[in-house]
Amino acid sequence: MWRRCLVSGTVLWLAAAAPASAFMAYVSNEKGNTVSVIDTDSWTVTKTIKVGQRPRGIEFSRDGKFVMVAVGDDDTIQVIDAKKQEVVDTLPSGPDPELFAQDAAGKVMYVANENDNTVTVIDLEKRARIGDVQVGVEPEGMTISPDGKILINTSETTNMAHFIDTSTRQIVANVLVDARPRFAEFKHDGSELWVSSEIGGTVSIIDPVKHVVTGKVTFSIPGLRSEAIQPVGIGMTKDDKTAFVALGPANRVAVVDAVSHKVTKYLLVGQRVWHMAFTPDEKYLLVTNGVSNDVSVIDVAAQKVTKTIQVGELPWGVTIAPQ
Amino acid sequence: MSSITVTPSRRGFSFAEYLTCLNGIVWREALRFLHQRERFVSALVRPLVWLFIFAAGFRQVLGISIIPPYETYILYEVYIAPGLMAMIQLFNGMQSSLSMVYDREMGNMRTLLVSPLPRGYLLFCKLLAGTAVSLLQVYAFLVIAWLWDITPPPIGYLTVLPALVLSGLMLGALGMLISSGIKQLENFAGVMNFVIFPMFFASSALYPLWRVQEGSPMLYYVCQLNPFTHAVELIRFALYGQTNWISLAVVAGCTAVFMIGAILAYDPSRGLARRGPAGGET
Repeated sequence: MWRRCLVSGTVLWLAAAAPASAFMAYVSNEKGNTVSVIDTDSWTVTKTIKVGQRPRGIEFSRDGKFVMVAVGDDDTIQVIDAKKQEVVDTLPSGPDPELFAQDAAGKVMYVANENDNTVTVIDLEKRARIGDVQVGVEPEGMTISPDGKILINTSETTNMAHFIDTSTRQIVANVLVDARPRFAEFKHDGSELWVSSEIGGTVSIIDPVKHVVTGKVTFSIPGLRSEAIQPVGIGMTKDDKTAFVALGPANRVAVVDAVSHKVTKYLLVGQRVWHMAFTPDEKYLLVTNGVSNDVSVIDVAAQKVTKTIQVGELPWGVTIAPQ
Repeated sequence: MSSITVTPSRRGFSFAEYLTCLNGIVWREALRFLHQRERFVSALVRPLVWLFIFAAGFRQVLGISIIPPYETYILYEVYIAPGLMAMIQLFNGMQSSLSMVYDREMGNMRTLLVSPLPRGYLLFCKLLAGTAVSLLQVYAFLVIAWLWDITPPPIGYLTVLPALVLSGLMLGALGMLISSGIKQLENFAGVMNFVIFPMFFASSALYPLWRVQEGSPMLYYVCQLNPFTHAVELIRFALYGQTNWISLAVVAGCTAVFMIGAILAYDPSRGLARRGPAGGET
C-alpha cells in the first residue's frame, strides 16, 4: 500500500514538474529575410534561419515536418525542414507569392501571386505546378472551406473575395467587400466566411452558400483616427465563439464575439500588428508586430497580452507546429 | 516652557511595555484617520484624478517600448499606477509630518513625549502608524485601479506589501525630518512647493526615465538621485513579483538616514525642534 502511494506520488510529482508541452513557432521576417524560431515554453528565439528575399506567407505542412515560406522577391516558395531547421527545397509559384493555403490532406497547395493576378496550384507530393486560376488584381488572402470544396482568394485592388471550386478550379462567385481585402478565414463549422478589409477598416461576414455579405464587424478605438484602424489577420477559436482581428497600425488586436459580431475588447500589442497563429492547444495566440520587430503573446482564455518577444526585422507571418 | 527630559529607568522596558506604546500610537493614528473621512476620500481622489483624467489624456504616450518589469506593451494608466501608489504614500508621509506640527502647536505632542520609552522608539511607532494608514489608502486605490483594468498578477498584491512598508517608512521618516524644522503650521505650504511637487515630478512616477533622458540628460540624473524614483521603482517591480535591488538598497539606506536624522532632530538636547515651536513643548 505504502509503496503504491509512493509510486503514484512520484508519478504525479514528475508529471507536475515536467514542462508544459512546447511548440515551435516560425515567424517570417519580411525585411530581415529570415525566419525566427520561437520556443513557446521559454518564449525565446532559439534559431534564426536565413531564407530568400521578402519572406511573408508561412505555414507548416500538414504532417508538421516542413515549414513553407513564400519568398516574394525570389518568386518562389521555400521549404524548411523543421528538424534540420534549414531550407531544403523550393516549390514553383508565380511571381511575388504572398499567401497560400493547403488542402486538408496536405497534397495540394494554392498560392496567391501578387504580381500576376493568378493563383498557382501546386502538387505537394510531386512538388510541381499543376495549374493556375486567373483572379482579381493583387491577390492575397487565401483559405479553404472546411469541407475542402471551395477555395477563397481575396484580391486587394479588385476588392473582391473570389470563390473557386477546388475540383474544377473555376471561379463560381465573386463577392464585393470593402477596400483592400487582406485576409480570409472560415468559421470551423463553415457557416461564415470572414474577410478583413485593410483600407475599409471592416471585417465582412459572408454567407458562403448565398455568396452575400450578411454583416460587418466595425472597430472604434477612443483616441485613434479611424484611418489608423486597418484590419488584417484573423484568428478564430475552434469553438467559433471568439475571433481575434489584428488592426495593423492601431497597434491593437480586437477580440470579437464571433456570434454577435461585436468587439468586446482591444488588446494593446506592438506596432503594425499583422498576422497571427494559435498554439495547437489554443492556450496562446501569437501575433506579429511588423514595425516594432516583435511578436506578442496573447493568453486566449484570459484575453490578455502576457509577453512580447523581439524577433527579426519586420515580422509578417507566423505558423506553429501541429502536435 | 522648559524642556521635558525623561531618564529611562535602568531596568529597561519589557516587550509588553513597548507593545503598549506601539498600540497606543497606532490606535491614535487609526482613530484620527477614521474620524477624518474626508482625509481618506481626498487621499483616494488625488491619485484617481491622475488615473482617470491625466492618464486618459496621455493614453497614447506609451505603448512603443517595453521596459522592465513589464513583459509587453502597456497603457499609460498601467505605467503610472505604481507612481500613484507612491504618491499616496508621499502625501501621507507629509500629512503625518503636518500632524506632528499640529500636535506640537496644540500641545498634544507633550503627551507623547512624556512617555519614558526612548524617543527614537516613539518616533518609529509614529512612523509605523503613518505607514499602516498609507497601506490602507494604497490598497483601496488598488481595488479601484483593478476595476479600471489595471490588473497586476494576483501574487503582486502580496509581494508589493513589503515594498510599500519600506517606501512608507522612508517617506514618513522624510516627512518627520522635515516637520522637525517647521515652526508653524502655516509654513507647511512650503513643504508642498519645495518637497512634494519636485519629488513627484522629478521621478519615474509619471514618465519612464529613458523618456526623461531623451528630453534632458541633466534632469535624468536628478531623477536618478531622487529617492522617490527608487520608491516608485521598488513598488513597480514588487507589484509584478520582482525585486529591483538598486531601488531596494537606496530606499532602505534613505529610510535609515532619514530616520536617524529625525531622531536627532527631535532630540531635545540638540535637535532642530528645540529652537522652540509656538506650542512650547520639547
